[in-house]
Amino acid sequence: MGLKVEVKKTIGDFSLDVRFQSEASRIGILGASGCGKSMTLRCIAGIESPDAGVIEVNETILCDSGRGIHLRPQKRNIGYLFQNYALFPAMTVAKNIEMGLKGTKQEKARRVGEMIRTFQLEGLEGRLPGELSGGQQQRVALARIMAYEPDVILLDEPFSALDMFLKDQLQQEMMEMLSDYRGIVILVSHSRDEIYRFSEELVVMEQGRVVTAGRTRDIFADPKKKEAARLTGCKNFSRIRRLDGHHIEALDWGIELELEREIPEDTTCVGFRAHAFLPVWKERRKNCIRVSLAGSAELPFEKIFYLRPEGDTDSQAEEDRLQEVCRDKDILSKGNMQDTKPSQKICWILQKDKWQMLEENGMPDFLQFQEEQLLLLT
Amino acid sequence: MKAVWEIFNELDWSPLWISLKTGVVATVISFFLGIFAAKRVMRAPVRKKAFIDGLLTLPMVLPPTVAGFFLLLLFSRRRPLGIFLYENLDIKVVQTWLGCVIAATVIAFPLMYRNARGAFEQIDVNLIYAGRTLGMSEMQIFWKVVVPAARPGIVSGTILTFARALGEYGATSMLAGNIPGKTGTISQKIAMVIQDGDYLTAGIWVAIVIFIAFAVIVFMNLAAGRKMKNVKKW
Repeated sequence: MGLKVEVKKTIGDFSLDVRFQSEASRIGILGASGCGKSMTLRCIAGIESPDAGVIEVNETILCDSGRGIHLRPQKRNIGYLFQNYALFPAMTVAKNIEMGLKGTKQEKARRVGEMIRTFQLEGLEGRLPGELSGGQQQRVALARIMAYEPDVILLDEPFSALDMFLKDQLQQEMMEMLSDYRGIVILVSHSRDEIYRFSEELVVMEQGRVVTAGRTRDIFADPKKKEAARLTGCKNFSRIRRLDGHHIEALDWGIELELEREIPEDTTCVGFRAHAFLPVWKERRKNCIRVSLAGSAELPFEKIFYLRPEGDTDSQAEEDRLQEVCRDKDILSKGNMQDTKPSQKICWILQKDKWQMLEENGMPDFLQFQEEQLLLLT
Repeated sequence: MKAVWEIFNELDWSPLWISLKTGVVATVISFFLGIFAAKRVMRAPVRKKAFIDGLLTLPMVLPPTVAGFFLLLLFSRRRPLGIFLYENLDIKVVQTWLGCVIAATVIAFPLMYRNARGAFEQIDVNLIYAGRTLGMSEMQIFWKVVVPAARPGIVSGTILTFARALGEYGATSMLAGNIPGKTGTISQKIAMVIQDGDYLTAGIWVAIVIFIAFAVIVFMNLAAGRKMKNVKKW
């Protein structure tokens, strides 16, 4: 088991330069829209050819520009699940599944039958793709791929076009359908939840480059890079000045933080997840920041507070602009907006079951940064 | 009314058969050439595409007599190509039924080519990528995936091509002439009898042409009907 990808490609102003290697069988690629993750998949599948690069699957060379090797997609034995499933519209379900198969009529028919049963498509064999529901289409698309037993299955944002309530169900179905599959699966997505749920190893991409790669859980726990932290959902960042091995000044938050652990010298930034704050009333504790409410938003199961950090004396206009930025909870895809600000609102998310304590005590005077949750980033 | 019936009974049907035969052959040739050209032009780089597309569409836009003029220049037996065809292959184009077919094909071909190209360009490119990753050959992808997905455009292109080829007059009269029983198509027959002042015969042929043309259009609508059910009304 093993995958090696080194791809260089320039398209207009965009340049893709991706390299990663993995021994895992479930790999996720996380990145905002337009970061080049789909292009990377296409190069692996052979739909696009890199300007230069090497692609190896289980020691088989699919592409090596140095040696002039570039296998056609037909020869790569890779399954590609397209975002819109790309089922052939004029063919029945059974015909669609049959398209990837080789062999005699009987062999094909037997295999198609097996797939129909495995993917619970009985009774739909004669239907056209346009007559199926989204979930059924996904099953057909996957059956069509699994039928010819590819070495690698590539999933290109398979859930992004679905309704919320369907998404969860189909993700679970997909996990179950893939659970017996022995090959490598690569999932490309901009959703951290999907990636976390699915992948053992993770490649985080930004603007055509790999930001970081490693075990998914490790990256979520300690992203190390600011971009990785942002893409894994971290909302609060501050530039820092390292005072000594255990003290930093968080420039954007206007406070000093003291850490038990040794702070690496190359740390340039700290991050803190919006869920992780501990509210503190009246008396200041260690690593606390005084906050005042700037705005809030209520979601079905959580409440988001936008808080002014201490020392922030921004004008009203600035505040309005910020609120607009923060109102969109999906800051992740909005790129670098937070970077442009010298100081910024702190985002705190409180689950519904904890709202009680605000009703009793009012808004907290301080928020505490717990050391183990503080992300040291470069 | 009696006079009409008499003429009808004694009618020389050869123009109908010549027209139908010409139409069918020209349509078959245009079908394959048009699809082939559509596929090639679609993939060409932008400038080349604009140029070649212009060249291929020209016969549709030009007066048919202009196309006829060029065809005559090309195939005349006093010209290199005409001489070559006649001396080496014993093929005569001018004043023959082959001339009818060539004239009709050149004039009607752009309709096939344009419709096919329009249909191909609308196709979801992921379908083709999917075919490739599934291991299908390019030929298989083209005939099993692309053509069926482009079916409405190809069907309407084919029928329009047939209708146009059937009614071709200008270029045909110049290249193939109007030899009764040989190159005399319906359109030429109508022009001829009107010159003779025989409006009754002309009327009968006009009725036949209208009937065929209308039948073709209705057939086309019915063929596309299945797809049209899904069209949003607004």
